[in-house]
Amino acid sequence: MILHPFEMAPTFFTKLHDGFAACPDRVAIHLMQNRQDDAAVTYRELLAGATSYARALAEAAVAPGDVVIIILQHGADLIFAFWGAVVHGAVPSIMPFLTEKLAPERYRQDLTALIETTRPTAIVTYPEFVAEIRSAMTAWRSLHTDSPAPAIIVSSEIMAPRPFGASCEPDFDQLGGSMRMQDDIALLQHSSGTTGMQKGVALSHRAVLNQLDAYARAIHLSQDDRIVSWLPLYHDMGLIASFILPVLMRVPLVIMSPFDWVRAPYKLLQAITRYRGTLAWLPNFAYNFCAQKIRDRDLAGIDLSSVRALINCSEPTYWSSHQAFLQRYEKFGLRAEALTTCYAMAENVFAVAQSGFDTPVTVDEVDQRSLLIERVARPPAAGATGMKLLSAGRPLPNVSVRVVEDTALHPLTTTNTTGTRCDLPERAVGEIALRSDCMLAGYFNRPDITTNAFDTGWYLTGDLGYMANGELFVTGRKKDLIIVGGKNVYPQDLERLAGEVPGVHPGRVVAFGVVNSDAGTEDVVIVAEVDTTDENAREAISDAIRRHVTQSSDVALRQVRIVDPRWLLKTSSGKTARSANREKYLAEL
Amino acid sequence: MTTEIRSALAQYIAKEILQQPKRVIAPTTPLISSGLIDSFHLVDLGLYVEDTFGVHLDDTELNRDTFDTIEQLTALIVERQGG
Repeated sequence: MILHPFEMAPTFFTKLHDGFAACPDRVAIHLMQNRQDDAAVTYRELLAGATSYARALAEAAVAPGDVVIIILQHGADLIFAFWGAVVHGAVPSIMPFLTEKLAPERYRQDLTALIETTRPTAIVTYPEFVAEIRSAMTAWRSLHTDSPAPAIIVSSEIMAPRPFGASCEPDFDQLGGSMRMQDDIALLQHSSGTTGMQKGVALSHRAVLNQLDAYARAIHLSQDDRIVSWLPLYHDMGLIASFILPVLMRVPLVIMSPFDWVRAPYKLLQAITRYRGTLAWLPNFAYNFCAQKIRDRDLAGIDLSSVRALINCSEPTYWSSHQAFLQRYEKFGLRAEALTTCYAMAENVFAVAQSGFDTPVTVDEVDQRSLLIERVARPPAAGATGMKLLSAGRPLPNVSVRVVEDTALHPLTTTNTTGTRCDLPERAVGEIALRSDCMLAGYFNRPDITTNAFDTGWYLTGDLGYMANGELFVTGRKKDLIIVGGKNVYPQDLERLAGEVPGVHPGRVVAFGVVNSDAGTEDVVIVAEVDTTDENAREAISDAIRRHVTQSSDVALRQVRIVDPRWLLKTSSGKTARSANREKYLAEL
Repeated sequence: MTTEIRSALAQYIAKEILQQPKRVIAPTTPLISSGLIDSFHLVDLGLYVEDTFGVHLDDTELNRDTFDTIEQLTALIVERQGG
């Protein structure tokens, strides 16, 4: 068989096509479906399904390079629509689907924000969701009467894929995807909420493929691997590590819906057993969740001996979570060395550092007081017990990591002359900065925030950590971002929503995350000042905040605390100081 | 029986899920659609119901189409205990 001679450097399309040309009938994706048998999608079927979507995009006058927003649930349509955008040379962006909790009018606002920032030429969705999108579009159109509205492409109207045979392959050279260049944008990735929707991480083909090459080497990826995932595809860990990596590197992928997993976490373990899974990426809370919330009867026949690595990533990692998981699953064949960690972010495509593949994960026992007060990670005094921190491992070979002065702590000492931050010594906690050949091209259509994210070529992560013996330890966050269950939540979004509730004064609300070590993740807490002292009225306001925030943001609140006026601490400029209020809240518990 | 089940559920939800032990939850208060219980805690609730009342809720039933209030959940439990 003669491989198709693409002259240009590799892109998503050429890699996908190479997979088809080399092994058309190998299964690319095993798609698990609720109450149905798993569907196996070969490279031939994947490319055929994608080509059907590409044809629909062409008919809708989507030009290569245009943004296509995909709003579909877990399933074959989502997979084909994503790769269809790639085949057409468009820029796919997957938006989370409306959940049962979220209020449709709020979802519409997020969608309007997404349309405003990304200016898509098409939106792909289900027929029953078209009305929802039209109303978001009407709102947007009223502000931009001169701009053409995006086309709506309905999944049910996509022609059934024509199976490719030797005689009926499309002319691949004529597909838009074949004309993409390495520095063209390959995809956009958003985090959730109004703030996240306005901050799309734009990644080039080159950046993503550089990441895949470096990361595949770091985890010794081979075509004998099998990746198992329940992660959503709008999140970097789901999209990059557990979708694009396996498909383009020709590693079979077993994928299930996040909604199915959260109600039946044992299904992940059953999938690993059935498919002899070797790799899975999980946010930290999933270790606690699987350790605590699965019945013994659902573990009959579970065999985890095939697992090379479970990779803990996308929220702070805890030694205790690994221990709890190991205790429960060691007897099912799980090896202790299989528990690894990774530090990753969408702005670097995915992984920055990875532990546990060449040597076991380093556990650094440090004195808690020194870490928090002096911001130095040093061993505890003789005889004392320290905090056990999991290493995030060594940076990938293509990523340079520095730990620099945190401007919040070292205000303009050395930064005001040259604009550069000073490097901190080994074991001193500072802001993690990085540079790599797989950085974002920019926040899409937002040059303002792109510029601010960098300091003389170094991307400032907003995360805090230290280096020790060449390994990175992530200890916290400088930014107020909350990470709950691996999902990034912006507190300003939640505060704005809580401020909309009658009885609450806008600006007199604060939202923050509090570590829940039992759950292995952060709980979201809102503290709101109210004038009334009536207990029933306060409970009613508390409930109203909970309901409004949940329905408007899809974030479940652990606690809504109602306090008297002047409880909240403000900065000298009158802004709410989230971390100071968090400390105050914790001190009063 | 219904009264005991309702009160046990209300207590469990207030204490273990909401961590507000003194809180009173009405039998008709929406639990899932209101955001009081998120999907992670639905799994806890499923385990609690099985341990306490000997009734199995399938994972596919942990959504607001099956129940959204203590009243509805209690009716489901009583129905299954009877069958």
